[in-house]
Amino acid sequence: MNASTLRRIALALAAPTIAAVVAIAISSIVLEVSGSDSIETFKTMLENGTKLESMIDTLNRATPLYLAAVAAAIGFRMNLFNIGVEGQYILAGFAAAVVGSKVGLPGPLHVAVIIFTAMFVGAAWSGLAGLLKVTRGVNEVISTIMLNFIAVGALVAGLLPRFIDDPTAANQGTPQIAESGWLPNLNGFVEIFTREITKGRHLTGVFVLAIVIGIIYHVIINRSRFGFDVRASGMNPTAARAGGVPPKRMVLIAMIAGGAVAGLVGMPEILSDNHSYDQGFIQGLGFAGIAVALLGRNTAPGMAIAAILFGFLDSSAAILQVSSLASSEIVVIMQATILLVAVVVYEVVNRIKQRDEVRRAAQMAQAAA
Amino acid sequence: MIKTKGLLAAGLAAALVLAACGGDDDAAPTTDAPAATDAPAATDAPAATDAPAATDAPAESINVGLTFDIGGRGDQSFNDSAAAGIDRAVIDFGISFTDAEPNADGSNRAELLQLQADGSDLVVAVGFLFEGDVVSVAADNTDTNFAVIDSAMLDFDNGAVPYADNIAGLTFAEEQGSFLVGVAAALNSESNTIGFIGGVGGFGLIEKFEAGFTAGVNAVNPDITVIPQYITMAPDFDGFFSADRAKEIALAMFDQGADVVYHAAGGSGAGLFEAAKERSEESGTKVWAIGVDSDQYFTASEDVREYILTSMLKRVDVAVYEAIKSQTAGSFTAGNVVYDLSVDGVGYSTSGDFLSADQIAQMEDYKAQIVAGTITVPTAP
Repeated sequence: MNASTLRRIALALAAPTIAAVVAIAISSIVLEVSGSDSIETFKTMLENGTKLESMIDTLNRATPLYLAAVAAAIGFRMNLFNIGVEGQYILAGFAAAVVGSKVGLPGPLHVAVIIFTAMFVGAAWSGLAGLLKVTRGVNEVISTIMLNFIAVGALVAGLLPRFIDDPTAANQGTPQIAESGWLPNLNGFVEIFTREITKGRHLTGVFVLAIVIGIIYHVIINRSRFGFDVRASGMNPTAARAGGVPPKRMVLIAMIAGGAVAGLVGMPEILSDNHSYDQGFIQGLGFAGIAVALLGRNTAPGMAIAAILFGFLDSSAAILQVSSLASSEIVVIMQATILLVAVVVYEVVNRIKQRDEVRRAAQMAQAAA
Repeated sequence: MIKTKGLLAAGLAAALVLAACGGDDDAAPTTDAPAATDAPAATDAPAATDAPAATDAPAESINVGLTFDIGGRGDQSFNDSAAAGIDRAVIDFGISFTDAEPNADGSNRAELLQLQADGSDLVVAVGFLFEGDVVSVAADNTDTNFAVIDSAMLDFDNGAVPYADNIAGLTFAEEQGSFLVGVAAALNSESNTIGFIGGVGGFGLIEKFEAGFTAGVNAVNPDITVIPQYITMAPDFDGFFSADRAKEIALAMFDQGADVVYHAAGGSGAGLFEAAKERSEESGTKVWAIGVDSDQYFTASEDVREYILTSMLKRVDVAVYEAIKSQTAGSFTAGNVVYDLSVDGVGYSTSGDFLSADQIAQMEDYKAQIVAGTITVPTAP
């Protein structure tokens, strides 16, 4: 192992380490200024976060975040700024809840129909933005923002009243999906390795789906011809086109694939928690996913770590308040700080890497001469 | 994008914020203070038919886990009203409490409830979005009682029985309060056109306000036209945070001849008040706005006060206080408790003295008829 390899590894590790240290430092200042004990706060977060139940919370939270991040990253890899994950998963979740409550099928098939509906609707909605881009040249940022509004404000708002279970309920939602359409939780599996999971926690079965999606994403992007085309289109669209990559088809496929994954984001709610679409359906995961994708540099392992980190922080919010240590906003501040610092540090590290690269090329050229 | 996420989450929060009652201590309601005197007696549920015993002596110091919805303390609305109730309970009963709110997108409601249940005798959940999570957490924590604001917490699929022996649902008869401010509106309208601005339609709750209001207006004068308009439809909850759009709608209503406009639109109400001020100053004749949830004469900005005829009051603080009171007295009862006119759980404000004594007398007359059951207020338009 020579010096330059060491330097590369050091640089790769430096970015997340510096980001973490700076983020903790800034958060400590915020905590102290707002009158909280920062040491005690971090200690409580760690103590609570290492409990089995809290780990389940973290993974349950990380699962949809990760799926949203992968959905966004597929586009990002091609320099397609698909910010429509939000609308895609809400529309998909709604459609899946409606279809799931209407059909009666034996177990695995019922779940499969729900998942397929969600992926199909997500893909179709995202594909619309792709179609607009390749046929009319509409910028995907604009079209996906607009489609977010249409999905939530027009389609779901307009259609939900038609499928309401109980019009007198305060929390109106679609009828509950029959038990055959529920995804079993993973508690039984986890408990093989740990003690019994108490306090009513269940690790969502969608967790497995997220891992599978992550592996597929990783293999396709890094190990397939298609993935190479995606990365090439992202790095240098002109060169990719010259190399025979059809740009329009790539845009369409990337949007559709991203939408299909986005459709899965709402599945923990539909398949594991509520089994219906109601007023409490979690919104905002699409945007949170973009943050996770940015933090994870669009790589499968990076996003997994980022999703778990965000999940951990989110699940700490409750204990901090109940133990009267800090308000829940501190968690949001930490997430934003980590993201901001990470983006800056990555950029700095990238510049150093590029400078190294240039220097090495110059040395090689010199040596050759 | 963090900001956008926040906005969306805020939209969700609006689901709960909408119909709320100002918690400001100085926003004293003008109806006689019910909390300390009357035990809530109106109930739907078989289990809750006995009024809680009114023994004031706290048995021993209890801990209450107040679980806000998104927004938490300081929203000048729903959550603050609940906080006011618990603050009063601290003074009166010497209880201790922990308060907490879920993440901005509401993802950790169940976990929060569980944590609260670990350390509390009574968990008060503010908002109907806690409904499902309370049912599951309460099943695992039978030693802790749960009270949910704005949800009946009855299992309607099985004959409307309480979900469990340790769950109470605290709801309000918003339509009755809206009926009374509808009467006030009709008595103060000269153009025979009145407006109603709903924050978010399509999920049932705000329609209750509209139905009661329209019924109140037409009880006085069936010839008055009520123009209803909703800012957004669920699941788009921006309508509770869109003062600019509320203002446009209000101005359009005034253009159509309306001279009184009632809003059930949470934070958007500020737009209505501005519009009323603007139009009154432009045209020289005064047009009225009617506030909601809290006494908005005190919570709205000072320069629009003189245009707020009255406000429909929804006493979340009373509900929280009463729930804690029955817990300390050891008389917690499961099932639905409806805070209606008969226990002053809803009402109207007279701050600013814009309502004449004669008008108030007429409103009190309608109130008596509603309490007596001779008038039944509709809950759907």
